[in-house]
Amino acid sequence: MSVVAFIDTRGSKVPKASAEALTYARRIADAEGGDVVAVTFGDAQGLGALGAHGASKVIVARHVKHVDGQQLTRLVAAVAESSGAKTVVCVHDATGKAVAPRVAARLKAGHVPGALDIPENGQVKRNVFSGKAQAWVLTTSERRVLSLMPNSVAASSDGGEAAVEEFTGDLGAAGVTVKEVKQAGEGIPLPEADIVVSAGRGMKGPEHWGPVEELARTLGAATACSRPVADMDWRPHHEHVGQTGVAIRPNCYIAIGISGAIQHLAGVNQSKVIAVINKDPEAPFFKAADYGIVGDAFEVLPKLIEAAKKLKAEQ
Amino acid sequence: MKILVLLSQVPDTTARIAFTENDTRFDANGVQFIVNPYDEWYALVRALELNEASGGSVTTVTVGPADVEPTIRKGLAIGADEAVRIDAQPVDGLQVAELIAAYAKDKGFELILAGKETIDHNGGQVGGMVAELLDLPYVPMASKLDVADGKATVERDVPGGLEVLEAKLPLVLSTAKGMAEQRIPNMRGIMAARTKPLNVSPAGPVTGAAETTKFQLPPAKGAVKLIDAEEAGKLIELLHNEAKVI
Ligand SMILES: Cc1cc2nc3c(=O)[nH]c(=O)nc-3n(C[C@H](O)[C@H](O)[C@H](O)COP(=O)(O)OP(=O)(O)OC[C@H]3O[C@@H](n4cnc5c(N)ncnc54)[C@H](O)[C@@H]3O)c2cc1C
Ligand SMILES: Nc1ncnc2c1ncn2[C@@H]1O[C@H](COP(=O)(O)O)[C@@H](O)[C@H]1O
Repeated sequence: MSVVAFIDTRGSKVPKASAEALTYARRIADAEGGDVVAVTFGDAQGLGALGAHGASKVIVARHVKHVDGQQLTRLVAAVAESSGAKTVVCVHDATGKAVAPRVAARLKAGHVPGALDIPENGQVKRNVFSGKAQAWVLTTSERRVLSLMPNSVAASSDGGEAAVEEFTGDLGAAGVTVKEVKQAGEGIPLPEADIVVSAGRGMKGPEHWGPVEELARTLGAATACSRPVADMDWRPHHEHVGQTGVAIRPNCYIAIGISGAIQHLAGVNQSKVIAVINKDPEAPFFKAADYGIVGDAFEVLPKLIEAAKKLKAEQ
Repeated sequence: MKILVLLSQVPDTTARIAFTENDTRFDANGVQFIVNPYDEWYALVRALELNEASGGSVTTVTVGPADVEPTIRKGLAIGADEAVRIDAQPVDGLQVAELIAAYAKDKGFELILAGKETIDHNGGQVGGMVAELLDLPYVPMASKLDVADGKATVERDVPGGLEVLEAKLPLVLSTAKGMAEQRIPNMRGIMAARTKPLNVSPAGPVTGAAETTKFQLPPAKGAVKLIDAEEAGKLIELLHNEAKVI
């Protein structure tokens, strides 16, 4: 049975989450016997290379330039119909969320938002209660839509070249028009980062973020912050992680001067390894941490930066 | 404008998460319930702000059993004109969306605002499903919304930047941080809420497409490994050599 994977291929190289989704689709197709049909849009060239991550065929709608949920849903549904696929894979990110729920509603298919693993006996694991628990979702419909949580599956890249086909059919009018895309500054986008250096109110003021940024830069990490820090405009809002901010699951989360309130933990507790620096030994964050330093951030940070620079110099 | 706001009820952000009936159901024992923060702080407040400028009405809609009523009255206290409860116990997001779409169809709502996600299901899906069922455009996770001349200008964060979009009304949006500031209901609002309508609407047919069969708490963390502050640099070494994450 074919698996359809809807992915974003915009930008200079294949986004990591898209490579992960293709690998995930491949694993499902292998388990159930079938091909992976990648569906994408825009003007990226060299799409045959998506075969490396598991696609057998790539169908691209070049006339769709931006994420338009209505057009892309018609596209994905049409490919699902024509390929007889029972499973549609999307990514649980800004692009996927515009499309996956719509595809599910259109196909009357069960949707698993934020799937963490491939189905087992038809059931798929996902996070619920903002990372405080996990649930298994059984899809009972004929088709299903699985939106893969980024950073859950390691992308493989050992496949060959995929055939590329252009979809030129009518997808109707776009419902939304993109007027402008403002690029954020340098740096790694938070949801995609493997390493995140995050700081809270313990840093006392925005003028003290220099060392936090320097540590992040040295480690190749993204920066994040607690909610009050964003609310006080010490840091940009998109850095706010937690229950009401961005939920992240990097390999390594380093938290400096953050108390570890339950609403903060809700957005970071899926990180593989958590290191906490706090001067209060009773800070709740230590209970959620793998590594901890009880100490003053202003004294600890220079030592961390020095050690990180040494490590990078050796590598 | 005639605006519909999707309000859901969720456990308080500090609620103890536990399960009963062989880990198949959330244990609501002793749990305080609140309006989902995104729905209340962002979707509802922005709807009220837009209408304060231009006039109109704000209706809230909730799919759930009778015991959600005390929670959703808060929407009326904050300023919504009318609350609607669709009487059902949905098992997945598609059912919620089907019931809301059936209610909203032909009622002439110009804007339908949902929250970015519920903090219990974390689906981020109901808004998009409602949009598809009503054949309307949808923008997820909007952080800014303005309306002029029947057109909406929307901003949303995308990986590595910010997108500025334009769409004709009617439009469905899910709302995220940045959209508005939380409002605390005042005494007058709370009194007024008592006399505002909370209408109950019967549930129509729904699809059964997915269900949650089992819950599990995450495995308990081992004890934290403490490193002396004087030798803080060792943390980097451990993260590299032992944890192998940097
Ligand atoms: C509904 C709701 C949703 C929320 N959502 C979020 C969310 O998404 N994200 C979020 O982060 N919060 C959220 N919060 C807020 C949360 O409850 C906490 O208030 C917040 O996380 C605290 O931020 P903080 O740890 O930076 O500050 P504080 O709690 O003030 O902690 C500062 C910490 O820094 C330590 N410290 C001070 N000085 C130093 C020093 N020199 N060196 C080292 N350590 C030092 C202190 O010991 C303390 O532990 C939410 C709250 C509610 C009610
Ligand atoms: N039972 C419900 N009743 C009304 N609105 C809901 C309900 N469930 C979800 N929603 C809306 O849909 C949004 C996304 O929910 P979810 O897809 O569950 O994350 C929420 O923020 C609400 O605005």
